[in-house]
Amino acid sequence: MNTVIETRDLTKKFGDFTAVDHIGFSVAKGEIFGFLGANGAGKTTAMRMLCGLSKPTSGQGLVAGYDIAKQSEQVKKNIGYMSQKFSLYEDLRVGENMRLYAGIYGVKDKLINPKIDETLAQLGLSAEKNTLVKELPLGWKQKLAFSVAIFHEPQIVFLDEPTGGVDPITRRQFWELIYEAAGRGITIFVTTHYMDEAEYCNRVSIMVDGRIDALDTPANLRKQFQAENMDEVFRKLARKAVRS
Amino acid sequence: MKQFLAFIKKEFHHIFRDVRTIMLIIGIPIAQILIIGFAVSTEVKNVKTAVYDPSNDISTQQIIQRLDASEYFDVVQLLQSPEDIDRLFKEGKIAFAVVFSEHFNENLYHNGGIAGQARNDKDGAAVQLIADASDPNQGLVATSYAANILGDYQQELLGRDRARPVPTMIIPQIQMLYNPEMQSSYNFVPGLMGLVFILICAMMTSIAIVREKETGTMEVLLASPMKPMYIVISKMVPYFIISWFTLILILLMSVFVLHVPIVGNLLWLNIFSLVYIIVALALGLLISTLVNTQVAALLASGMGLMMPFMILSGMIFPIASMPPVLQWVSCIIPARWYIAGVRKIMIEGASVQHIWTEMSVLIGMIVVILGISLKKFKTRLE
Repeated sequence: MNTVIETRDLTKKFGDFTAVDHIGFSVAKGEIFGFLGANGAGKTTAMRMLCGLSKPTSGQGLVAGYDIAKQSEQVKKNIGYMSQKFSLYEDLRVGENMRLYAGIYGVKDKLINPKIDETLAQLGLSAEKNTLVKELPLGWKQKLAFSVAIFHEPQIVFLDEPTGGVDPITRRQFWELIYEAAGRGITIFVTTHYMDEAEYCNRVSIMVDGRIDALDTPANLRKQFQAENMDEVFRKLARKAVRS
Repeated sequence: MKQFLAFIKKEFHHIFRDVRTIMLIIGIPIAQILIIGFAVSTEVKNVKTAVYDPSNDISTQQIIQRLDASEYFDVVQLLQSPEDIDRLFKEGKIAFAVVFSEHFNENLYHNGGIAGQARNDKDGAAVQLIADASDPNQGLVATSYAANILGDYQQELLGRDRARPVPTMIIPQIQMLYNPEMQSSYNFVPGLMGLVFILICAMMTSIAIVREKETGTMEVLLASPMKPMYIVISKMVPYFIISWFTLILILLMSVFVLHVPIVGNLLWLNIFSLVYIIVALALGLLISTLVNTQVAALLASGMGLMMPFMILSGMIFPIASMPPVLQWVSCIIPARWYIAGVRKIMIEGASVQHIWTEMSVLIGMIVVILGISLKKFKTRLE
C-alpha cells in the first residue's frame, strides 16, 4: 500500500488547551478518507497542520512524503485545499478563477486553456466560462471550487466541509466528482457533518476531544458499535465528548 | 514570477470591477482638489467697497487710493452720506465700507491717530471700517486687510515726516490675519497629496487584504505554494501603480486648475512621493495584520490614520503653533514629513539636499513599519 499521509503523535496545543491530542493514522493513495468529529473536536486544526497552515506543537506528520513541520512549502505544492468558507473570488469570472489558481500552482501555460475547457465540459458549465462567479448558484460554485482545488493534479486534496449548505442532489453530484478524482489516484481527505456522506468514504476516522476514537471502514465501524448506520456510530462516540 | 503576475492581474480585476473602489480612488482626489482649491479658499479678493469721505484731504485720498490699488478691495462707490451704507449693504452692492471722520488729515497730525477699528472719537482722526459679517470669515479678513493698509500708510507718514511726527500710533492688530484658515491652495495641495495617498494606499490595501481573510480565500492562498510575502507584495503593486497615476492627476490638476506652480524638480517630487506612497502601503499592511474585518480596517484607517493625519500633519493647523506635546506626536505622522517636503520641493523649489531629512525619515518609517507588519503577518493561520 502506497501511503501518502502518515502522522504519529501529532499534537497541537493552544496554551493549556490541547486541540489535537497525539493522533496517529495513515492514508493510502487514492483513498477517500473521511475525517469526522463534532464541532470543536479538533478536525479543522488537524487538517490545517496537514496542509502546512499551522505548525504542530509536537509529533510528526508526513504528507506526500514531506515533513509538515519542516517542508511545508513542498507539502503545499503537492496538495489541493478547499476551505469550508467559499474559496473562489466572486468578482472574477469562472475562467479567470481557474486561470488564477492554475497560475498560483504553476501549471504550464499551454496546458491551462485546454484543461479549463475540459474541466468545464465535465462539470457541464462550459457556457459559464465568462460568468462572474457570484452569479452562479451555490451548488455550482462548490463543484467549481472542487475542480479548481484539483486543477493542478495534486496528490492529495483536503476538503473542509465541502458540501455545507448544498442541496442533496448537488451533494450527490459532488461526490461523483470526488469518486472520479479518487479513481484518477488523487487521495481525498474530507471532513463532513453529513453522516450519509461518511458512508461514501473508504475509511472513516472519528475524532472526539482531540483524539481519534475510531478508525475503520464504515461497515466495520457499524459492526463494531452495533449500529445501523454511521449516524448512530457517530452519536455513540460523540456522547463521550467532554468538550463541545 | 508567473504566479506573481497572475495574482497582480487578479488584484486589478478586483479594483476595476468594483465601482465603489474606482470612485474612491479616482473621485476623491478630484473632488478634494476642487473643493479645497475653490470652496475652501479663504482668500478675500476684490471686495466691493464704498467710501464716505467728508474730509476729502490728502490723507484720505491717499488711503482710498491704496485701498483701491490693492487686489483686495474695489472702491465702487463714493458716498454722499453715511446713511447710504446700510442700504448698499442690503442691496448687496458692497461688502465693505470705509468711513472717515471730518478733518481727518488735520486731526491726524494734531491729536489723533488712525484706528484700525471703529473709533468715533470726535477729536481724533477716526476711520470706521464696516464689514458685512454675515460671512464672518470674509468680514474679518477684509477688515484686517484694510487695517493693515491703514497701518502701512501711517508707518510711511512716520518715516517721511520726521519734522511733523504723528503723535499717536495705533498699530492695528494683525496677528489674527495669519490664522490657520488663511492657507490658500498653495499650501493645501501638498496637504491634500499627503491625505489622498493615505486614503488610497493605506485604506484600500488594508481592506483588500482583510477582505481575503473575511471571505476565506486567504486561507486557500496560504495553503498554496505562493509565498505569503508575494501575496502581500502583489496586493500592494496595483495600488502603487494607481497611486502614481493619482499623483500625476493631482499634479496636473493643481497646475492647470488651481494654478499652483511646480517650481522644483519634477523627478524628485515624484521619487519623494513614491517613497511616501510606500509608507502608506506599509501602513495599510500593518492595519491588515491587526484587524480581521473590512469594517475594522475601514475604521482603523479612517479614524486611526485620517484624523491624526489631517490634524497633526500641518495640513490644516501649523505645527509651529501646536503645544510641544503635539509637536512631538506629529513627528511620528508620516504626512508631516511628506507635506513639509512637498512644500519645499514643489512650492518653494528647493533642491533635493533640502529634503534629505524628510526623505530619510520616511525611508526609516518604511523599514520600521514593514518590519513590524511582516513579522506580524501570519504565514501560518494560528
